[in-house]
Amino acid sequence: MNHQRRQILKGAGGVAMVAAAASAGLLKPGAAFAADWNKAAFEAKDVAGALAGVGGAGAVDSDQIIIDAPAIAENGSRVPVKVTSKIPGTERIILLSEKNAMPLLADFAIMNGAESYISTAIKMGKTSNVRAIIMAGGKVYTAVKEVKVTIGGCGG
Amino acid sequence: MSGIRIKATMSGDSAVIKCLMQHPMETGLRKDAKTGQLIPAHFINHVTAAVAGKTVLDGQWAGGIAANPFLEFRVKGAKVGDKVVVSWEDNKGGKDSVEAAVA
Repeated sequence: MNHQRRQILKGAGGVAMVAAAASAGLLKPGAAFAADWNKAAFEAKDVAGALAGVGGAGAVDSDQIIIDAPAIAENGSRVPVKVTSKIPGTERIILLSEKNAMPLLADFAIMNGAESYISTAIKMGKTSNVRAIIMAGGKVYTAVKEVKVTIGGCGG
Repeated sequence: MSGIRIKATMSGDSAVIKCLMQHPMETGLRKDAKTGQLIPAHFINHVTAAVAGKTVLDGQWAGGIAANPFLEFRVKGAKVGDKVVVSWEDNKGGKDSVEAAVA
């Protein structure tokens, strides 16, 4: 289950274990993923539920997280978002759009040299904060950026 | 043919990997304009990437990632020629994978 992966990643030897598992072919992309899809978190209807589901409750505000997203998005169906964490030891980057019907959008575990940076494009139902959660060294950090949406992109 | 377009190029001592994946990313909340029926959820829920045989990214997604998803990430210490594999699975058991070499 999901908690298992989180615990493996959290442990002191977590990164080494994941690396060992990867080189043993246990995490072979396309064949098997490290954890089951976190249904409870992704289907949560509010931010509190989503944060509880990913273990992100009680996150501390950080100015070491940079969210690069447009101030105004004319079309909510494709809003580019880049998240950069300057927090040493960043292990996970989590992305939410706070007023979407299901706020949690993505949860990335990064390892083996991956930089603490992700760029993607999201759907936004309405004007809202985009929130990033960063997990590093057993601690949870967060930052937000508001994006004004002219035409919502969730169609319901 | 993979439905994933990928570009992996060195920038300084990191590989910059950009992907575009063909997928409708239906949330399950959208109604068909003609029938008024909900369109069933159909979205990529797992994405992984490996460089030179090591997993670098293990992601879970919701239907709230934009259709035909774009994903960019960077990997420090990668080298020209390293093999990059990006794979996804969706909530209906669909999957796709692509391989490229860092240029």
